[in-house]
Amino acid sequence: MTTYGQLAIETVGLEKAFGDQKAVAGITLRVPAGSVFGFLGPNGSGKTTTIRMLLGLAEATKGEINLLGYSIPKQLADVLPKVGALVEGPAFYPYMSGRNNLIRMDSADRNSNSRTREQRVDAALERVGLSNAAKKKVHAYSLGMKQRLGLANALLKPRELLILDEPTNGLDPQGTREVRNLIRSLASEGITIFLSSHLLSEIEQLCSHVAVMRAGEIVAQGSMNELRSNGQTRLILEVDQVAEAKAILKAAGISKTKIIGRKLICSVDSEMDVAKLNQELVAKKISVSEIRLEHPSLEEYFVDLTGEGFEVVR
Amino acid sequence: MLSELKVMFTRRRTWAMLAAIAMIPILLATAVYLSADQIAPGEGPPFLDRVTQNGLFTGFTAMLLAMPLFLPLTMAVVSGDTIAGEAGLGTLRYLLIAPVGRARLLVVKYLGTLTFALVGTFVLMIAGAISGAILFPVGPVTLLSGDVIQIPEAFGRMALVALYTTVSMMGMLALGLFISTLTTIPVGAMTGVLVASGVSQILDNLPQLAWLHEWLFTHYWLDFADILRQPVELGSLGSNLILQLGYVAVFGALAYGRLASKDILS
Repeated sequence: MTTYGQLAIETVGLEKAFGDQKAVAGITLRVPAGSVFGFLGPNGSGKTTTIRMLLGLAEATKGEINLLGYSIPKQLADVLPKVGALVEGPAFYPYMSGRNNLIRMDSADRNSNSRTREQRVDAALERVGLSNAAKKKVHAYSLGMKQRLGLANALLKPRELLILDEPTNGLDPQGTREVRNLIRSLASEGITIFLSSHLLSEIEQLCSHVAVMRAGEIVAQGSMNELRSNGQTRLILEVDQVAEAKAILKAAGISKTKIIGRKLICSVDSEMDVAKLNQELVAKKISVSEIRLEHPSLEEYFVDLTGEGFEVVR
Repeated sequence: MLSELKVMFTRRRTWAMLAAIAMIPILLATAVYLSADQIAPGEGPPFLDRVTQNGLFTGFTAMLLAMPLFLPLTMAVVSGDTIAGEAGLGTLRYLLIAPVGRARLLVVKYLGTLTFALVGTFVLMIAGAISGAILFPVGPVTLLSGDVIQIPEAFGRMALVALYTTVSMMGMLALGLFISTLTTIPVGAMTGVLVASGVSQILDNLPQLAWLHEWLFTHYWLDFADILRQPVELGSLGSNLILQLGYVAVFGALAYGRLASKDILS
């Protein structure tokens, strides 16, 4: 176990107000150490503002922040070397090469080891697949390359926590896949990853935990499995003899059945034994052309929570 | 610090400005050379007639020409860019989470601008000496006080003028650093610094405001001529140093106050 216990990030009543408007309205985040934590919400829901406060770039109006056991902003200088971050897109000096940009960023930290610098920079470039473009000036980089350089910047030192704000923004499908694989491999090394995204599919593919933000508030938080269980699993059955099948389902305790043509759709327990039901149906000489469980779509659940599409600006 | 200088001197803009600074004495020397017959002593900018007699004066004359506008312009560009430039690029947030402390960032940025000032003034004096030496006779230099110094000592005086001018820029560079913390648009900060230097020079020329003059950061800018006397008059040089350090203290503190409490939202 880590020195900071169970939580890599903890906020209590974290609030950020700009004038009258609360961009972040008293949120309590609990990011378990070792998790890949999705921070999901529509654009403009306060995700980036939260991240800025976590990293000490913006001052919280109210509330407490604990990062890897360090109190923010008081112990910022102690904790930041252990945290790699990508905040609101990558930013570099366009007139310098990718490699020199990383060297510059690494030298900004007075405590980073200058003897291992070049080696660490090259390793980070290698890790994100930019070794060949290392000597090119950044203004010649595509958006995807800049995004990967931003990730390399977050990986210059051994990290305990990575805070990644929309890391696949602007990447082509190939690049998106590569970045997701990179995130998976980093997670497998035990690094806690806090990943903000407005893309549900991304969170679903990568994350073990999630918090959903809407208009500055967290409307749901927990492990993916916990949140999934909030929805309803459905059984979808396609048979020739609809009436007989319905009777068998009723006998099995499944009463609410919707019939569309040859299809029966009903709400069931997520753990139900589909194979056993199939055997029963077949035993009764009912020919089954389709039988499957459909787990609740997180998308529907989250859209219910956030009350709007994920691309909508508040 | 090295990294800061590397960033500054990788930029084409820095080199373009240094080249432009070097062009001032070169153009001056060429123009004077091509029209050497027509300049009557005492006509045109001070020292201009001396250039034809002794090429080593080119640097001093060029400095006089560059002081009111051109040199401050390049200083405004460099100092206005310090924080605002990083904020505009977005690199400021990455520097701060690297992490670099905000106070240290300001100190390094300021020393960077000071280095540029030093390099710029030396470039001007050296380009002046070289172009003057090529086009005009070179010999022992007659100072403003009438004394004559030998060539090696003349070079020493040139270095002193460059150092003095750098000191003269310290206040303005600190002001630029402060203005640069107020915005994320570098051009805005640069313009602000340049306007401040213009206003200060205008105020310095209004006799009604004589009481204010010795507090203006531009007040002693042209006093480097005192270095061209024998012995060097230290009075205004010392006053200038104290004044400039005062500006550095005030605007350095303001810049820190501003940056330390600022939310970095760019």
